[in-house]
Amino acid sequence: MYKNFFRYLISAIFLLGFSVNSNADFKVGFVYVGPTGDHGWTFQHHEGRNAVEAAGIKTTFVESVPEGADAERVIRQLAQSGHDLIFTTSFGYMDPTNKVAKDFPNVKFEHATGYKREHSNVSTYSARFYEGRTLLGHIAGKMTKTNTIGYIASFPIPEVIRGINAMTLAAQKVNPNIKTKIVWVFTWYDPGKEAEAAQALIDQGADVIMQHTDSTAPVQTAEKAGVWSFGQASDMQRFAPKSILTSIIDDWAPYYVERAIAARDGTWKQQDTWHGLNEGMVAMGPYNSAMGADLVKEVEQLQKDLASGKVHSFTGPIYDQKGNILVAEGKVADDGMLAGMSVYVKGVEGDIPK
Amino acid sequence: MALYFFTPFIAIILTILGGGIIFYILGFNPIEALKFYFITPISNLYGLSELLLKATPLCLIAIGLSFCFKSNNWNIGAEGQLTFGAIVGGGVALLFYNQEGFYILPLVIIAGAIGGMIFALIPAILKTYFNTNEILVSLMLVYVSKLLLDYLVVGPWSNPEGFNFPETRQFSDSSRMPLLFEGLRIHAGIFLALAAVMLSWFVLYKTYLGFQIKVSGLSLKTAKYAGFKGKTMILVVFMISGACAGLAGVGEITGPIGQLHRMISPDYGFTAIIVAFLGRLNPFGIIFASLVVALTYLGAETAQIFLQIPKYTGQVFQGMILFFLLASDYLLFFKVKILSLKKNEFRH
Repeated sequence: MYKNFFRYLISAIFLLGFSVNSNADFKVGFVYVGPTGDHGWTFQHHEGRNAVEAAGIKTTFVESVPEGADAERVIRQLAQSGHDLIFTTSFGYMDPTNKVAKDFPNVKFEHATGYKREHSNVSTYSARFYEGRTLLGHIAGKMTKTNTIGYIASFPIPEVIRGINAMTLAAQKVNPNIKTKIVWVFTWYDPGKEAEAAQALIDQGADVIMQHTDSTAPVQTAEKAGVWSFGQASDMQRFAPKSILTSIIDDWAPYYVERAIAARDGTWKQQDTWHGLNEGMVAMGPYNSAMGADLVKEVEQLQKDLASGKVHSFTGPIYDQKGNILVAEGKVADDGMLAGMSVYVKGVEGDIPK
Repeated sequence: MALYFFTPFIAIILTILGGGIIFYILGFNPIEALKFYFITPISNLYGLSELLLKATPLCLIAIGLSFCFKSNNWNIGAEGQLTFGAIVGGGVALLFYNQEGFYILPLVIIAGAIGGMIFALIPAILKTYFNTNEILVSLMLVYVSKLLLDYLVVGPWSNPEGFNFPETRQFSDSSRMPLLFEGLRIHAGIFLALAAVMLSWFVLYKTYLGFQIKVSGLSLKTAKYAGFKGKTMILVVFMISGACAGLAGVGEITGPIGQLHRMISPDYGFTAIIVAFLGRLNPFGIIFASLVVALTYLGAETAQIFLQIPKYTGQVFQGMILFFLLASDYLLFFKVKILSLKKNEFRH
């Protein structure tokens, strides 16, 4: 009799302790593809993690996790070691994330930039970086003397092509003679290759350099050559104070904090998030004074209009390189078209690598 | 001679001590950190399976390299041979996409081995017939194979439904390595590694070829004097080495990865060089060494998860193992003598 009573008491205490603890023990894990000090993509995710930590939630991160066979183990270990919410912050983690999610239905997973949500505990999120590109295009169109914009591109995936197109369309609006030259480097992070690409573009007459890669090498190359450039992913101004006109900043912090709190409080639901300037997931760095007050004012107005939805980055008429119409006059491209974008618009030089 | 096989253990112990000191300096409790490093990762079945999974390619490549290194052929390009093997094997797997058949996986594996073999033959032929330096050639070919893989996964072989992301389709089940246990990732590729160990032991210690390899390693002049056909032997050891690396590559893509993309190997081909030397170029030593080095990878992850120790300590550990091994070898083969120098001896 006594024995049984104690057994119940102990298990009750245990259960009680467990349920209280489950809140205090709430932990969030992050998986990074690069080192936290890359001053680009991973750096910004790490800033987001710092914000979650500042909100009073325990976090863990693992950096430089290769996108091959190792990713699954790291994600699984985080899930196994009591993490309740796990952010996997690179496209290559898509399949491993879904695989682990299947085995841990009580753990929530958030995968950046992917499109697979195979289980109800997997959400995906990304940012409408192309809205930032529209602003860069506007600035580039006004600042260029040679009417040539150099673009260092990573991989011919829709996200990158969308950025090239958004930038070119905005630049053409203020300067119809704009030509966009592209160098594909097939890497997200390789300072050597990126610097070479920047130099090659400058040699071809580009006087504005733009990048969809993560290192600071292109802006530094531009600074040396005395041409304009834009920072990518984080504010890179201090690496090229004269050359950088502004930066596109990925601000994951509000999203991470919101999702972490939701998961802790039990209100987390599966979703596919695509936030832009309006929600602040895409933000702009400080503007270079060389732009002049008028241009800064114009850009700030355009930023407001993009955020409010008054202006859309892809407003018709939009033509492809051959002159076929992609988006009719007065229409805007829908998200489905944006998500699968795989052709250049008119004014971009060269072909998409196939 | 007994000491020669004992020094790897000294090197490992020194590495653990050195690691403890580093952890202490970084402000962590060294005992706790080392526990998370070397015990926690393998404290359950899943961890053990991951250890074997990680050790399999390292062991395979190192076995192959031991043939080269034993005979004084410095094949540094195992990473390239791994990549090329994976390309050829992966190509066959894609060829049989959505088809079923028991013969598909063996074909994929053989294709991978042949791929690695062909790629290793390039530095071997250049060395034997054109007297080039195999270190440089094999190393540079690593970049060639990686760029070729980049080209293939971005271009002709990319997944048509994959939004241009740099990866191929997922291989169908009949070209995947069978898993040994439900829920664990350890796959049949481990038998390839074990077979390679047995075979290499037999070849190295029980055959004429093994004898030739050993003699050439000890003294090339003696080998020549004995009338060994040096050129054939160089070609053969490179082919063996390449085949093993190719098998490792094919094991990765048909095992845990399941497709071709740019990140099929976190530099296994280079790490295996450490494994080969830590294992004293001995087949059974290499099994042991591959487990130790695999553990440094897993330990680095666990240590970062539980203690937020930077993951790069894994590479520091690998570096330390090699450093201590070479240092103890040096002390083993050379006598330390303390000489008193007179001042004027410094003059030239």
